[in-house]
Amino acid sequence: MSKNRELLSKIGLRLDGRRADELRRIRCKLGVFTEPDGSAYLEQGLTKILAAVYGPHQVRGNRSKAQHDAAVVNCQFSMAVFSTGERKRRPRGDRKSTEISIHLRQALTAAIKTELYPWSQIDVYVEVLHADGGIYPACVNAATLALIDAGIPLKEYVCACTASLANNDVPMLDISHQEEIIGGPTLTVAALPMSGKIVLMEMSQRFHVDHLQKVLEKALQGCRDIKHILDEAVKSHIQDVGSSTGWANTT
Amino acid sequence: MPQKIHIRLAAHRVNASVAVNRRVPKIFTPGQVITEQNEFMRGHGTYEEEGFLKSSVAGVKEQVNNLISIRPLKSRYNGEVGDVVVGRITEVQQKRWKVDTNSRLDSVLLLSSVNLPGGELRRRSAEDEHMMRQYLQEGDLISAEVQSVFSDGSLSLHTRSLKYGKLSQGVLIKVFPSLIKRSKTHFHNLYVGASIILGNNGFIWIYPTVTNSEDGVGGFVQNLEEVVSRPERETIARLRNCILALTQSKMMLFDTSILYAFEESQKYSVPELLVPEAMVDVAILTQDRLSMAENS
Repeated sequence: MSKNRELLSKIGLRLDGRRADELRRIRCKLGVFTEPDGSAYLEQGLTKILAAVYGPHQVRGNRSKAQHDAAVVNCQFSMAVFSTGERKRRPRGDRKSTEISIHLRQALTAAIKTELYPWSQIDVYVEVLHADGGIYPACVNAATLALIDAGIPLKEYVCACTASLANNDVPMLDISHQEEIIGGPTLTVAALPMSGKIVLMEMSQRFHVDHLQKVLEKALQGCRDIKHILDEAVKSHIQDVGSSTGWANTT
Repeated sequence: MPQKIHIRLAAHRVNASVAVNRRVPKIFTPGQVITEQNEFMRGHGTYEEEGFLKSSVAGVKEQVNNLISIRPLKSRYNGEVGDVVVGRITEVQQKRWKVDTNSRLDSVLLLSSVNLPGGELRRRSAEDEHMMRQYLQEGDLISAEVQSVFSDGSLSLHTRSLKYGKLSQGVLIKVFPSLIKRSKTHFHNLYVGASIILGNNGFIWIYPTVTNSEDGVGGFVQNLEEVVSRPERETIARLRNCILALTQSKMMLFDTSILYAFEESQKYSVPELLVPEAMVDVAILTQDRLSMAENS
């Protein structure tokens, strides 16, 4: 299969017509719900994600989880039954979603200034509406937007991106589902793009260490590009809301 | 009576924005450098890294002398002393109630900071502690004032005035706290035949106007037998829908804006006011009237 369907054609185009260093189209929207404190919708190519943030609020349920010096970050990842090609009921708490929840928490705790909210809890709920590759990075990006919408202090944006290696030579950005299936190692990186810190890195298969540096560099470049796109969206959203309220209570 | 149900496609969504073109202040986003000089003090929404003062939330800058802070447009309620809040009792503890006020920690209402029935000068006894659940139990709604802010950020409330106390019949709406305009009074008796409490914490309580002023809404009496007439209930429902319309378009809520919206909404019936187009229409008309009143 990988013989007749190349990841990168001779003229340098990928299956969906992108070049190797191009992201899929990102569209996003902040404040899509009124009930949670913050929410966001994000489309990355065909991958569609909804994220909602509740909190910081008093720790409910298990009181002993509360920390005296930091907020508890609680993430929950789930996929809609209709999100993939085959319709499948996915019970909460299966291995895959637990893993993504933990990874999500790891990436978000690195960015949230949790020390400002002792005895509190921040809940992040992420739902995949349409899965088309790069689910985890899209979830991180959507969750970042939702956190910003909720007015929760972050050190900076946390963005994630995937990268792969085509024809054993060319690094490729933002892998779609189709490309994931064809094969090739996928490197997922979540980073704080402004300071260049990596908060999470994951590889689907092994590849030669010689290639790692350039693939990683490409993924980080993707994170920076995504940060710019998200930043634009946040600014235009704030401008919109601020103009409606008449910038009340501001000088 | 069968209800007409509207189901619409996402593509037909109405743009609720009523933004007017004005001077836009500079917007800061998380991680953005505010200033490179270190003579400034860091306030809320900022942090210091490598000598730079950086923003940690998305919002606008506020500067008081040397203190720089970034205020997000939306956040949990940050209480200040003297604020009027509406809250819900979540827990009854020893000598205190825990109240959910949309703040980041539950607020405290001490038994010693409420007016118990029987006059202000009544002595509190051990019996009162056992009676606490009779006064307020889990799920009850109260209006109160912020008495003090504890060091960990949680609030202490008091209801030592006849205007505060348990709420009985009415409608609660939750909006974002930043949409409530701070004003001298947050209790309004609207001439349209209903009263409203605009809690600073984003909880809004609409209730039928009480005619005999001596009991007010305060105290712990909850008269659930009293029948609220249909016109009164319709007024309350209309007010609620108007507030929802203003909230959807992110407009500030205060007595004038709510009254204007109420007047502009008269051409719609109460259920029609829940249709997105009607909501935006009401919001735009209100916005126009507000800016006209402002310019004249």
